[in-house]
Amino acid sequence: MTDTPSQRAHTLRQAPPAVVVEGARKAFRLPHQRYSTLKERALHPFAASTYDTLRVIDDVSFQVQTGEFFGVVGRNGSGKSTLLKCLAGIYAVDDGRVDIHGRVSPFIELGVGFNPDLTARDNVLINAIMLGLSRKEARRRFDAIIDFAELHDFIDLKLKNYSSGMSVRLGFSVAIQVDAEVILIDEVLAVGDAAFQRKCFDEFERMRAEGSTILFVTHDMGAVERFCDRAMLIEKGQLTDIGAPDEISRRYSEVNFGHVSAPDPRDEQMGVQARVRSLWLEGPSGDRAVALQQGERCRAHIDVEFLDTVAHPAISVAFRNEVRHTIFLASTMTHGPLGIFHAGDRISVHLSFENWLAPSRYSLTPVITVWDPDERVIDKKSDIASVIVEGAVVTGGVVDMPTELEIDG
Amino acid sequence: MSAPTVTSYSEPSAIGGDVRRFVALTVTLAVTDFKLRFFGSALGYVWTLMRPLLLFSVLYFVFTEVVRFGAEVEHYPVYLLASIVLFTFFSETTSRGVTSLVERENLLRKVRFPRLAIPLAVALHALFNLCLNLIVVFVFVLASGIEPRLSWLELVPLIALLVMLSTGVTMLLSALYVRYRDMQPIWEVALQMLFYASPVIYVVATLPDNIEREAMASPIAAILTQMRHALIDPSAPTAAEAIGGGARLLIPLFVVVGLFVLGAWVFSREAPRIAEHL
Repeated sequence: MTDTPSQRAHTLRQAPPAVVVEGARKAFRLPHQRYSTLKERALHPFAASTYDTLRVIDDVSFQVQTGEFFGVVGRNGSGKSTLLKCLAGIYAVDDGRVDIHGRVSPFIELGVGFNPDLTARDNVLINAIMLGLSRKEARRRFDAIIDFAELHDFIDLKLKNYSSGMSVRLGFSVAIQVDAEVILIDEVLAVGDAAFQRKCFDEFERMRAEGSTILFVTHDMGAVERFCDRAMLIEKGQLTDIGAPDEISRRYSEVNFGHVSAPDPRDEQMGVQARVRSLWLEGPSGDRAVALQQGERCRAHIDVEFLDTVAHPAISVAFRNEVRHTIFLASTMTHGPLGIFHAGDRISVHLSFENWLAPSRYSLTPVITVWDPDERVIDKKSDIASVIVEGAVVTGGVVDMPTELEIDG
Repeated sequence: MSAPTVTSYSEPSAIGGDVRRFVALTVTLAVTDFKLRFFGSALGYVWTLMRPLLLFSVLYFVFTEVVRFGAEVEHYPVYLLASIVLFTFFSETTSRGVTSLVERENLLRKVRFPRLAIPLAVALHALFNLCLNLIVVFVFVLASGIEPRLSWLELVPLIALLVMLSTGVTMLLSALYVRYRDMQPIWEVALQMLFYASPVIYVVATLPDNIEREAMASPIAAILTQMRHALIDPSAPTAAEAIGGGARLLIPLFVVVGLFVLGAWVFSREAPRIAEHL
């Protein structure tokens, strides 16, 4: 701590990577039937040998430089938390190498081991020792911890009388007092109110300014883009991408929302006269896109095949938001009749529009209808595609049509 | 900060690289548990004392008033109390130790933690209780007119052996319990059997000679017998006399060391994987 800034910069350049992971693998065995008692063991002496191996981390290699704020993103169950636990020394890797230079402080859960029947004072001391401070150090830093948590008036109150927000604050205040060179954060920031989250990130920024390395596991792409220097994407235990945070954030959105979901069985009677063969959206460059910027011109591409003679069909795409409201129907209806098609005809329909949908995720459902004499749906494929609309401002409306401002007076 | 600037990664283990941290953790866990017992209830410490005392009262009544058993044993009530207190230490450590790892699941899965601190903290907690209970034993000893002697100091190595035995068994059982959850009921029954198989309510000398020697192979029997000689009645046989020669004392000693080594080996073998088997 006595180093001058230039010395510190020098040591940072000279410093080895803070975290080196090479070919790490971790698998959990999932027995088909769990024999967890001796009796069952004795009754089924050979049966327990069948199990599935779940590869949670599969050959992951990466390095984090000293002083970096590094994001790890992935869907639920992608293995990112297990990876963090391997780094934290809670799980052992099956294979490969994990090297960490520096004292590690895992923020995997705040206030681990807090006992509701003890006072805040006791809990702070116990928690600090568990996180790696000596008894002496823990006592010396006690005031600083209480200062940060702003809980002076409550130190001799039993923890069971604390609100959950208060105990989270207390837990966080203890955790940051452990001088760690490598900090592992696992979505602890999902708890607490916005002001508290702000405070947490300020604190992490301060730690990084002091030369700590931070590994941050999250779903929150906003936080990744705001704070991380680099990020990596894990999918099914494998590292799929590593790079700049905005790039990874985009890839994450694709992986997460770009999948085509299974067809709805109710749609089976559909598709006799005509069927939708595929549907996708194209961005302004004309490439297929799963994420669109708000305000961009884009185009829905629908391939349709006719199996019978169909007169004047209407081909539409319904955009539904996350609460399943149809926000927008892009349709040929508004462009007049399309004509008569015969069995074997294949057409591609393009519907261009300016995208003023509110930033959110939308699912896309193509529909073919005919008018003979009532409106009748002849093919519909529910939610076969989806798109994310990205935008800077969330207004709360479902569409954000461009406005022009004039102020008189 | 005096903390090491560069530490290298290590997988979860029984003790971990930092012995000071290990000791601090063990002591903290034990003291916390002790405090919770102490202050958590209205009568606090009285409860820790009540269990052996109540057991003592019942057994004392049965064996002196009903079956008239203790008459030929000098200071039988004192022996009964002392042996109950020592056996309580063993049964408390091991029975709470069995489930200790599973009960501390939240710690094991959330923080980097030397695994052995958990069962050792249980043993340490029981040791605090033992020390408090021994005060009562000494009150009884003095009240029944036994003169203080230098040989009372023998209690220190005897208790050390008992601690070693209890810790060894606890390490073994707690690691096994993570995999085999029926360890706990099995051990409950085993403790009951051990209670009656050990000379707690009787003394080894009252057994027929041929059984006496075999019974003394149990380290608990050896410790209690030697305790009787050293603390209560100098005319009572020593452990060496009861087993038939000092060389034979190596048998119970071997059991203690053997169980300790086995326990430590099993525990350290299981330690890296405990968190995922929970």
